[in-house]
Amino acid sequence: MTQTRAVEPWTLEPLQRFVAEAAARLALLTTTSGQVIAQHGFTRAVDVMSAAALGAAIAASTSEITRMLQEPAFRALSHQGQSHGIFLAHFETPRGPMLALVVYGGDSSIGLVQLFFEQFARDLAAACPTPEPAKPVLAADFERDLNESLAALFGR
Amino acid sequence: MTTKFQAALDRVTRVRGVRGAMLVASEDGLVVAESLMEGVRGNAVAALAASLAKRFHRASETAACGVPEFLHLQASQGSLLATPAPSGMLLVVVAEADINVGLARLEMRKAGEAVA
Repeated sequence: MTQTRAVEPWTLEPLQRFVAEAAARLALLTTTSGQVIAQHGFTRAVDVMSAAALGAAIAASTSEITRMLQEPAFRALSHQGQSHGIFLAHFETPRGPMLALVVYGGDSSIGLVQLFFEQFARDLAAACPTPEPAKPVLAADFERDLNESLAALFGR
Repeated sequence: MTTKFQAALDRVTRVRGVRGAMLVASEDGLVVAESLMEGVRGNAVAALAASLAKRFHRASETAACGVPEFLHLQASQGSLLATPAPSGMLLVVVAEADINVGLARLEMRKAGEAVA
C-alpha cells in the first residue's frame, strides 16, 4: 500500500488531501536546499534523496535563469511526458520557502494538479506552526537528524 | 486564432442561461479560451470538467458505446455541458438550471465546427 509520510507532522494531512484530490502518484515536499519534509508514493530512501536533490537543483537553475532575465521569482514548471507528467513548484510558508515535486499519470492532468496545488499551499501555510529560533548546526546533530528523518519517511 | 476561438465562444454565450463557455485542452485540463461571467472559476471548472470528460470517455468505451459526443451534468443550481471540439479540445459550458439544452447543444456543435 502506498503511504504518505512526513518528517514534519503538520504537513501530513495537507499532503494526504492534495495527493488524493490531484490523483498524484508521487509527491515530495522539500526545502529549497533539498531537505525532505514529507513524501508520498516513494518506497526507497535512495529515490527520495535523488528526487529531492534533482528537484532542488532544477529549482535553483530555474531561479538563476529568471534572475538573469530580471523576471519575478520562479513559481512552477511542468513537464509532460508520454505517460507521466512532472510538476515542480516553489511556494512560501511561515517556515520559509519550500518546493513541491509532483508526478502524475494519465488519471490526472496538469490542470488538476495546478488547481489542487494552490489549495495545498494555502493549507500548508495555515497548518504551519510558528518558526522556532535557529539553532547552531553540529555534525553529530546533523547525522542524528538525518537518521530521524529517514526513519520518519520510511518507518525504519 | 484567438479571435476565432472568442467568436465561437460568444456564439454559445448568447444562448439565454449560459453563464460561461470555455475551450479547454482535453488532456491537460487547461483553459485555451474563455468567456465567463464573474464568479465562475474558469481554471477550476476547466480542470474538473476535463477530468470528468476523460472518465466518461473511458466508461463509454468500456461499455462499448463509443466516444461520448455530449455530456450534460444537471445539478441543483445549474448545469455543466461539454462536447469534444477539434484539435484535442473540449468545449465546456456553465449554465443555469433552466437552460434550453437543445439550443445550447446546437450552438456548441456550431462553435466546435467554427474552431476547426
